[in-house]
Amino acid sequence: MRNYATFLVRCGRLAFVGDWRYYTWLGALTAVILLGLNAYAKQFAVGLITTGMSDQVSWGVYIANFTFLVGMAAAAVMLVIPVHIYKNEDLHDLVIIGELFAVSAILMCLCFVTVDLGRPDRFWHLIPWIGIFHFPGSMLSWDVLVLNGYLLLNLHICGYMIYCRYCGRTPSKWFYYPFVFIGIIWAVSIHTVTAFLYVGLGGRPFWNSAVLGPRFIASAFTAGPAFIIIALQVLRHFSTYRVTDKALMTLRSIIQVAMLVNLFLLANEAFNEFYAGGRHIASTRYLFFGLHGHHALVPWIWTAVTFNVISAILFVMKASRRIPVLNITCALAIVGIWIEKGMGMVVPGFIPTPIGEIVDYTPSFNEVLICLGIWAFGFLCFTIFLRMSVPVLQGKVFMARPREAQA
Amino acid sequence: MTPDETPPEGMTRRSFLRTSTVLATGAAAIAAGLAPLRKIGHYSSVEEFLQKQYKELSPAEMKVVLARIEGEVERQYGIRPHVRDYKPMSGVQFVYALNLSRCVGCRKCVHACVAENNQSRNPEIQYIRVVKLPNDGSFDLESGDVNYTPKSVPEAGFFYMPIQCHQCHNPPCVTVCPVKATWQEADGITVIDYNWCIGCRYCEAACPYFARRFNFATPSIPKEQINPKMSYLGNRPRYKGVMEKCHFCIQRTREGRYPACVEVCPTGSRKFGNILDPDSEVSYILKNKRVFVLKEELGTHPRFFYYFDI
Repeated sequence: MRNYATFLVRCGRLAFVGDWRYYTWLGALTAVILLGLNAYAKQFAVGLITTGMSDQVSWGVYIANFTFLVGMAAAAVMLVIPVHIYKNEDLHDLVIIGELFAVSAILMCLCFVTVDLGRPDRFWHLIPWIGIFHFPGSMLSWDVLVLNGYLLLNLHICGYMIYCRYCGRTPSKWFYYPFVFIGIIWAVSIHTVTAFLYVGLGGRPFWNSAVLGPRFIASAFTAGPAFIIIALQVLRHFSTYRVTDKALMTLRSIIQVAMLVNLFLLANEAFNEFYAGGRHIASTRYLFFGLHGHHALVPWIWTAVTFNVISAILFVMKASRRIPVLNITCALAIVGIWIEKGMGMVVPGFIPTPIGEIVDYTPSFNEVLICLGIWAFGFLCFTIFLRMSVPVLQGKVFMARPREAQA
Repeated sequence: MTPDETPPEGMTRRSFLRTSTVLATGAAAIAAGLAPLRKIGHYSSVEEFLQKQYKELSPAEMKVVLARIEGEVERQYGIRPHVRDYKPMSGVQFVYALNLSRCVGCRKCVHACVAENNQSRNPEIQYIRVVKLPNDGSFDLESGDVNYTPKSVPEAGFFYMPIQCHQCHNPPCVTVCPVKATWQEADGITVIDYNWCIGCRYCEAACPYFARRFNFATPSIPKEQINPKMSYLGNRPRYKGVMEKCHFCIQRTREGRYPACVEVCPTGSRKFGNILDPDSEVSYILKNKRVFVLKEELGTHPRFFYYFDI
């Protein structure tokens, strides 16, 4: 127990040690977080009127980011499956980094949900046994369970693995494997449940589609590994941690499949909506072509479609084996999916309203600041997690042997 | 010292000064960031924060809560209200019927509703939306207009369809609420506990009739326009950050009176009553008129019926 406390203290200290680039990066992130905190304080004092949301479009960029990030968190499983099921050697050491990424993404998700609440002070009403938890009736209660469960699972797996490495002992399989396999199923469940939040609403035909869940998963398994590819290179650049090109290429081949499936499912959705036509396609029409002179989302969705198609083509081509091309391809995929699944999925569900009113939505400046603050917070968490765990994984920080301690 | 080494234990004078400066700067930055909170005014008292959900309150606790709320309203609006907890009457299931042939789209119902139910005047909240629809052989809400402002109504070539909470028998809003802050009462009215709602707006996304409203800011109502006869689940002033909606004027209908919108309607388009009473007006309409409900295919089973009077 004392060893564990020492381990935590040493990790905590590591977080604040680095060169000038590290301090600059942390300083910049903290500045953005403070801006976001200030914006949130305004929203808390005045109300959600400081956002661009309305009764007509009652969820906006907070819930859009939330949805996107749940997918990013779930995507860590794309490192876990190859390693633990297919015994892939290239990715072996990177699993923990994927899981730390998932933890950061879930923390951001929780922030995004909290800032969306009208009464964050009544948060305790949601806590099972203390408040009234509408389970299993409300899909939102499912989401609370799976997200927090996923957070705990990943914290346990990463924490245990890193601590074992610190102690220089082999992780006990019983303390670790069951959680890895639960984690795999759980990862799929967090994103499916999040999709069901929308799918379960019969009054919103745009969301009430069986293919939305699979689309969520496919797009998550594209954007998540794409982000990890870039993050690993940043890590490789700024530390002595070894990341092979082969590992990046393994991730690339995962994305190839996921991106093609994602586009295929999107095409299915589009066919289903447009070929038969009818009144229920008003939201889709608003998204892609505009409706009765309202075109707010049209440029966005076509940007997303263009980015996704270009990146899909590049991912399939040999050109993306070259790292610079791969990075551009990944960036296109991340931005494309962020638009398509964030603003392009949440907002049109509200337009037109169930009684035919069309009200556009644009996030307010204050709302954008809060989002940036939360993103900066996520990056800060991920950076600090890496800063603490990489030296341990490399064997540079380890438990002092009793003999050495005396010396 | 390389970055990967843990710094030595203990503190020198220099490192102490450096750490203190960093901590002080950090604390000042956080304080500056949180400065807008000073403008917040009254947010929530301890009693309010710890209050249980409506259904878990004992009669004695309810009495205390009602007295506290009367105090809150008086402090905020400068008028002492009478807040009661009206219970459903036994043997009563409320039903609403609206005659589309008679409605002229004057929106008197909208304003009567706002006055009766203490809705916020700024930002404006209204429970009833009147959709102006063209007489062109379709019944497409999307071609409707809710912001019509002609000199006089009705306009030739149009008919009017008022929409408010349909008090569904199978309400999607109640299903999705993660904290059971909204539920259906024995008389069929779906209500909200404004002290339990967390403001996630999931119910607003779930409602197929655009019946729910969110308080994006603290509601404001001029003192002289406050209706002091208030009910806990109904027309007492709402809080910032919670949902509200039409509740069939609980404070009137549970005393055997008509809702404000029914009473004010100059054309008699609005009918309201107890469907369990075979002699009621609504029972007659449902038996003898050709009635329909909006979006029947969704399976929500509204208690709000439309009919044409030919």
